[in-house]
Amino acid sequence: MPEVVLELNNLEYSFKTYGGVVKAVRDVTFEVRKGEILGIVGESGCGKSVTVQSILRLNPEPPGFFQGGSINFAGKDIIKLSNKEMRKIRGIEIGFIFQDPMTSLNPTMRVGKQIEEIFVGRTGVTRAEAKQKSMEILKLVGINEPERRYRQYPHELSGGMKQRVMIAIALVGQPTVIIADEPTTSLDVTIEAQILEILKDLQEKYQTSIILITHDLGVIAKMCDRVLVMYGGKIVEEGTAENIFYETAHPYTSGLIQSIATLDTSKDEELIPIDGTPPDLFSPPIGCPFTPRCEFAMEICGELFPEHTRVSEEHYSHCWLLHEYAPEVELVSVKRKQDDETAESPNKEEIGGNV
Amino acid sequence: MDFHNQTITPDRFRVVGKNLKEMESISRPSITFWKEAWLRIRSNKAAFAGLVILIVYVLLAIFAPLLSKYSFDQQDAYAMRQSFSAEHWFGTDTLGRDLWVRVWVGARVSLSIGFIAALINSVIGTIIGGFSGYYGGKLDMILMRIIDIIYGIPSLIINILVMVVLGTGIQSLIIAMVITGWAGACRFTRGEVYRLKEQEFVLAARVLGQSTFMIIVREIIPNIMGLLITNLTMAIPSAIFREAFLSYIGLGISPPDASWGVLAKEGTALMQVAPHLLYIPAFFIGTTVLAFNQLGNGLRDAFDPRLRGTD
Amino acid sequence: MVKYITKRIGISILTVLVLVTVVFILVRLMPGDPFNDPKMTPTVRANLNAYYGLDKPVIQQYATYLGNLLRGNFGYSMIYPNQTVNNLLASSFPYSLDLGIRALVLSLSLGLVFGIISALNRGNKIDLFFVIVAVIGTSVPDFIMGAILQYFFAVKWGLLPIAQYYGFAHTILPSIALGFYTMASISRIMRASMLEVVQQDYIKTARSKGLSNFRITWKHQIRNAILPVVTVLGPTVAAVLTGTFVIESIFAIPGMGKYYVESVQNYDYSMILGTTVFYGTFLVLANMVVDIFYGIVDPRIRIAGK
Repeated sequence: MPEVVLELNNLEYSFKTYGGVVKAVRDVTFEVRKGEILGIVGESGCGKSVTVQSILRLNPEPPGFFQGGSINFAGKDIIKLSNKEMRKIRGIEIGFIFQDPMTSLNPTMRVGKQIEEIFVGRTGVTRAEAKQKSMEILKLVGINEPERRYRQYPHELSGGMKQRVMIAIALVGQPTVIIADEPTTSLDVTIEAQILEILKDLQEKYQTSIILITHDLGVIAKMCDRVLVMYGGKIVEEGTAENIFYETAHPYTSGLIQSIATLDTSKDEELIPIDGTPPDLFSPPIGCPFTPRCEFAMEICGELFPEHTRVSEEHYSHCWLLHEYAPEVELVSVKRKQDDETAESPNKEEIGGNV
Repeated sequence: MDFHNQTITPDRFRVVGKNLKEMESISRPSITFWKEAWLRIRSNKAAFAGLVILIVYVLLAIFAPLLSKYSFDQQDAYAMRQSFSAEHWFGTDTLGRDLWVRVWVGARVSLSIGFIAALINSVIGTIIGGFSGYYGGKLDMILMRIIDIIYGIPSLIINILVMVVLGTGIQSLIIAMVITGWAGACRFTRGEVYRLKEQEFVLAARVLGQSTFMIIVREIIPNIMGLLITNLTMAIPSAIFREAFLSYIGLGISPPDASWGVLAKEGTALMQVAPHLLYIPAFFIGTTVLAFNQLGNGLRDAFDPRLRGTD
Repeated sequence: MVKYITKRIGISILTVLVLVTVVFILVRLMPGDPFNDPKMTPTVRANLNAYYGLDKPVIQQYATYLGNLLRGNFGYSMIYPNQTVNNLLASSFPYSLDLGIRALVLSLSLGLVFGIISALNRGNKIDLFFVIVAVIGTSVPDFIMGAILQYFFAVKWGLLPIAQYYGFAHTILPSIALGFYTMASISRIMRASMLEVVQQDYIKTARSKGLSNFRITWKHQIRNAILPVVTVLGPTVAAVLTGTFVIESIFAIPGMGKYYVESVQNYDYSMILGTTVFYGTFLVLANMVVDIFYGIVDPRIRIAGK
């Protein structure tokens, strides 16, 4: 039995706005296991950021508020914790890496200080120890001349270096879980590769669990053990990376796979985007949110949200196509290479591209 | 989950496919930039109130002196320093002149000076700043150094000297305030144009073959219009203050002509015996400046949604 | 940083030069012929001729003028025949400076504090109170504020001295009158800045680290929000120092402003010249100091130049 370090149960999170209440997260349930990298993939606006930020209660409140469900960590429900208890968790037990390193660092504070300050006000760590740990973590994330960089200001560092600092900040407290919200979206591809390497190495070293949010199916393929696919504030499919890529069980996931180019795509093949736009969350759709854009949509799809259906051991999907009454449909997924049929995880080179 | 109320029958599994039309029809009707800005202003109570007050003041400035039986310099030795009465709504000053009329004649002077000076500053500053910012290069560099210097000279000092040279009066005041005043608008416009021209929509226009002139007119100006109007609105209060100050030290408008600054000056001298002579002009200066500031804030919010929620 | 400082100094010197020249030209343009006034005593005329070199060509007069200024010699007052402008400036400037500094300290400290409190209490009654105070403060010109304060606190209620400047109590009303507008203005800017900074990404990062609200507000929010205030500090200092003119008149403070206003109203040209140049130069320098200070405070400018 894999050890579960964090679980979200039926989480609902909404925002009060001038125009009404926006339901950003509508009944999301998943667990995070020790030592795994869990990927969350989906279009902008599907609720992935709001979901993970609510784990640390980082969404602005007001206008945000928890509408239902629970978040269980270390035996407690995070939603019910006081601010003081929340602060104990943030930074030390659960770390967060933000998307845009250019704006996520305080421009008027030295870089080393911004790492050190995680330990301010906490018992058991002296100032000297804090500084030493911070220096060590700077080396670990691959920053050259850490002593010099320690004293510098963010604007003196490149984008890639800034993101390494963000990783350092997230890791220095040796948290159980790290949430990485699109950590490489704003970086060059080469830098991205380095950053992902660092994350993977450190994860193996400390056995930290990582929740990795991304647009990029290639990143999922390279990094993730299990994957959640989100759409319209709900999870539509979940499984191991292999399940998701090779045995796709949801039209949305299938659409994503079809819309990217791979090394196998020939020059003449057209890329097939998914028609339409994400749903308006002011008046959330009643049934499956993907219905208007789904070529296989059935009557029941617009009326009722599909059941949580098991496809195989770790693989679940929310789709009426899996019901016994539904017609037989072949969903497009990634084709395994002939000699890779026995491979454990999808071949990295086959899959690459952004959602 | 809402399974409880529904039965799942095979007929509900009929394939219907995509339905994109419905999605796109939900979107809101589009309105123009200006209309949206107007709607926003209307809903901003403080700004709208400011606008209303200003319109009222302008109307009174135009019509009140015409409709009154007194003229602004008509003295009456039998009715000096009186407080509010049916005869003289705002009372009289130390020479028996009707304060109501003087306030509105003064309004004409103060408001028009404020508006004209600010307008000229904005126009000159925008044109020069706009071209400097757009063309960039050496011209821009030299021009900006010059502007920096002009901006760095304390304007009040220049105002005072120019007024001494030119003598008092509306024209002199406007000239005095405009000589150095345009530098502010110039700097601002240049900064904005410089920033905008690097943005991609300008690049797109150029790629599509638009001429430079058209780019400035169709791409850049609409984007700064909003900010320009806002700045103009915010510049008027400082012009009004400046006129009041200069008149107060005797360099602006000289009696018996009236401006709010002159009235304030006369009022402070008589504060102890006839306080209304100070409070009334002070009230109008204050409320006018307040109205312009609130209107300016409202305009800024209306034209740039990103700034909303900061005042 | 060095580059930044040199640039600032360079521009300031040029500005002073331009100022001085402009003043020279304007004084020449003044109505009447002040230097040939028949009512003038021979001593004054002799002094003026010696100082200005009035019988020489204009260019040479300009050079003489510049030379005089560089030597710090501002010539003779025309109204106080035996006083040099230098003397008058030296005796009066300290009062103006004192008043100005008090007003600045008051307005800066209160303005920042009010702005911060306002922003942290956004939306509730405390915020409303400070916003109203700020709005009133920026709508009333300082001379009117001065007159009102004087009337109520000094004349009517007798709580504070009416005029003059020789004790701490005397400094209270004038400082408040002078600083009120600036305090209100700074509190508005600070409030807006705080509210803008709080939406920045790095504040979210700070929260994700589990820092206390106090630390987030102090080290992350205020530290960054204060930058726009420093930006306007230059013009603010100038505004306060020029505001001393009128406040000094109202409260009969023997500062430079009083002499300046007098000289303007009486056409004492050498005083006008002297005070204008002195004052103007002082303001330019004050601006320069503030600009340099800003360079120190914002690490993006302090390090790696501008």
